[in-house]
Amino acid sequence: MNPITLIRSRTMVLPFENVDTDRIIPARFLTTTERKGLGRFAFHDWRFNQDGSANAGFPLNKPEAQGCGILVAGRNFACGSSREHAPWALLDYGIRAVLSSEIADIFRNNALKNGLLALVIGAEEHAFLLGHPGIELAIDLRECSIELPGGSRFSFQMDGFARTCLLQGVDQMGYLLAQRDAIEAFEHSRSAA
Amino acid sequence: MSNPNPNAPARTLLDKIWDNHAVRAETADAPGTLYVDLHLIHEVTTPQAFTELRQRGLTVRCPERVLATLDHSTPTRKPDAQGRHVYATPEAAEQVGTLESNCAEFGIELHGWDSAQRGIVHVIGPELGATQPGMTIVCGDSHTSTHGAFGALAFGIGTTEVGHVLATQCLLQRKPKSFSVQVDGRLRPGVSAKDLALHIIGTIGFNGGTGHALEFRGSAIEALDMEQRMTLCNMSIEAGARAGMIAPDQTTFDYLQGRERAPQGEAWRKAVSQWRTLRSDPGALFDRQVVIDAADVGVTVSYGTHPGMVAGIQSNIPAAADFQEQKALQYMQLQAGQPLLGTKVDVVFIGSCTNSRLSDLRAAAAVLRGRQVAGHVRMLVVPGSVPVQKAAEAEGLHVVFQQAGAQWREPGCSMCIAMNGDKAEPGELVVSTSNRNFEGRQGQGARTMLASPAVAAACAIAGCVADPADYISHREQAA
Repeated sequence: MNPITLIRSRTMVLPFENVDTDRIIPARFLTTTERKGLGRFAFHDWRFNQDGSANAGFPLNKPEAQGCGILVAGRNFACGSSREHAPWALLDYGIRAVLSSEIADIFRNNALKNGLLALVIGAEEHAFLLGHPGIELAIDLRECSIELPGGSRFSFQMDGFARTCLLQGVDQMGYLLAQRDAIEAFEHSRSAA
Repeated sequence: MSNPNPNAPARTLLDKIWDNHAVRAETADAPGTLYVDLHLIHEVTTPQAFTELRQRGLTVRCPERVLATLDHSTPTRKPDAQGRHVYATPEAAEQVGTLESNCAEFGIELHGWDSAQRGIVHVIGPELGATQPGMTIVCGDSHTSTHGAFGALAFGIGTTEVGHVLATQCLLQRKPKSFSVQVDGRLRPGVSAKDLALHIIGTIGFNGGTGHALEFRGSAIEALDMEQRMTLCNMSIEAGARAGMIAPDQTTFDYLQGRERAPQGEAWRKAVSQWRTLRSDPGALFDRQVVIDAADVGVTVSYGTHPGMVAGIQSNIPAAADFQEQKALQYMQLQAGQPLLGTKVDVVFIGSCTNSRLSDLRAAAAVLRGRQVAGHVRMLVVPGSVPVQKAAEAEGLHVVFQQAGAQWREPGCSMCIAMNGDKAEPGELVVSTSNRNFEGRQGQGARTMLASPAVAAACAIAGCVADPADYISHREQAA
């Protein structure tokens, strides 16, 4: 994974709460055996009408939302299933960070492991961002801060290990494989018990 | 039970299982390394993990700790005249084929098409006795929480983590917080574990468990049989909790004894004596707790687009609390203030890892016996596994369903996730014994009402939302 230190982009806002993983990528698109190319299915059943035409009323289809790499979503984003296809689809769609006041556990883990910044921010900042779509933000992972236009900043909290992995591009598989001796010792101690 | 070390701090069930599996303890800077006893896999969330192993030249560390099945993308119609499985799409067939070849390549036991034990991953783990108290169990599927019914720590993981477990048998994890959900008293006759699960989610909120592992305790929980406990723990994720668990007891041991993968003989006796220690110590502290009176739980259904929007079946549709609920009611085409009873139903689905076991099918059949599914209703009954299917057929339950006009299908996830072609049409209202009522979950534009098997069966007969009490006495239902 490539190291990530700073993400600068405009925001698009999805003001709905409890956006579930079936909304992010409907299950009928999960029959793939690849990670790639899932962006076309991101929010599919909101972005497209049942006849396949674009749903002009959907916030992400608005002209001003095009090219935005930061998604500001309503509370309890990505609840539901464990499908990693959800962060894969968002990344392939061009989203590099998701900000919400609450993000479901499994999605957040999956997202961070794929270099999608799933960040929980304070309720006040969240409300502000929901109300101001399209503003440019600079998310600084080194400082754990987000800069608003005009230079004011607010901070966010995230797990230190996940942050280090993102900053340094740590390969978590490699990190675990390096613990082979400890894993073997654990297995031996259990079989001896 | 006496505490062997009176000076040791009181620990929760979660603490005990966690401590028993810590290869490396968690620190402020790094998550712990947690050993995984049982890794369940299926066709949807694993292909990319095996690709990763292949790309890195890695092997599966403990193939004997991995158990595979086919369930999500598989058709539930019988094979065609040539014996071929009729998949919804070529991609679904390819995905199943990919798991078959991955299991062969990496030496993993697969309960595939030719297995007499194939079924939904969360049904067959317990059936085989592979799910055991005190284990850590993971699967690339959020309903892995089901296995917590046996006093295991069981939770869903993503595909990257599936790769980690295949290669190292371990996961990097921070310990969840503990949440005691105590249910005292007795459930009223006719009230099922599904009703209890929906009631609990309605009480704590469908994100109320985020960051926590739930431990269900109290006299009402102890009185549940294993299949009911599985239904309850299955729905933990619908409250946002990754895991739900119940301390193992004699009910658990009686269920497991003699099953294929359960310990035998002296090993069984040793295991049971160790399993008996797996309960939260008196005085153990939980990060959160809630106490529920079982007598307050009624027959419950969902009426919105998330599992926290629930109401008693005899009640009127609650007023929308906010814009989000308003939007949900609009999607569901329901009016606040209207009675739930009488709402027209188009499809009834009985199945899923929540409610597809033998007792679920019996509960539905008890309502349906000698009655007919309403003319405009399409009803699918999908057993959770081949053993459930065979056991139900041995009792003649399939005849009850077929004579009522329902479709008796082959085992699989089916319309719970609607990725195998079993789905509802736009606008159709499905009364479903599954676990998620998200917009479009059961087909684009489809509307879902979550319910118990008895409620689903009653709705099928009436052609609209109906109370099973109208069809069956509570005494019969309890029997």
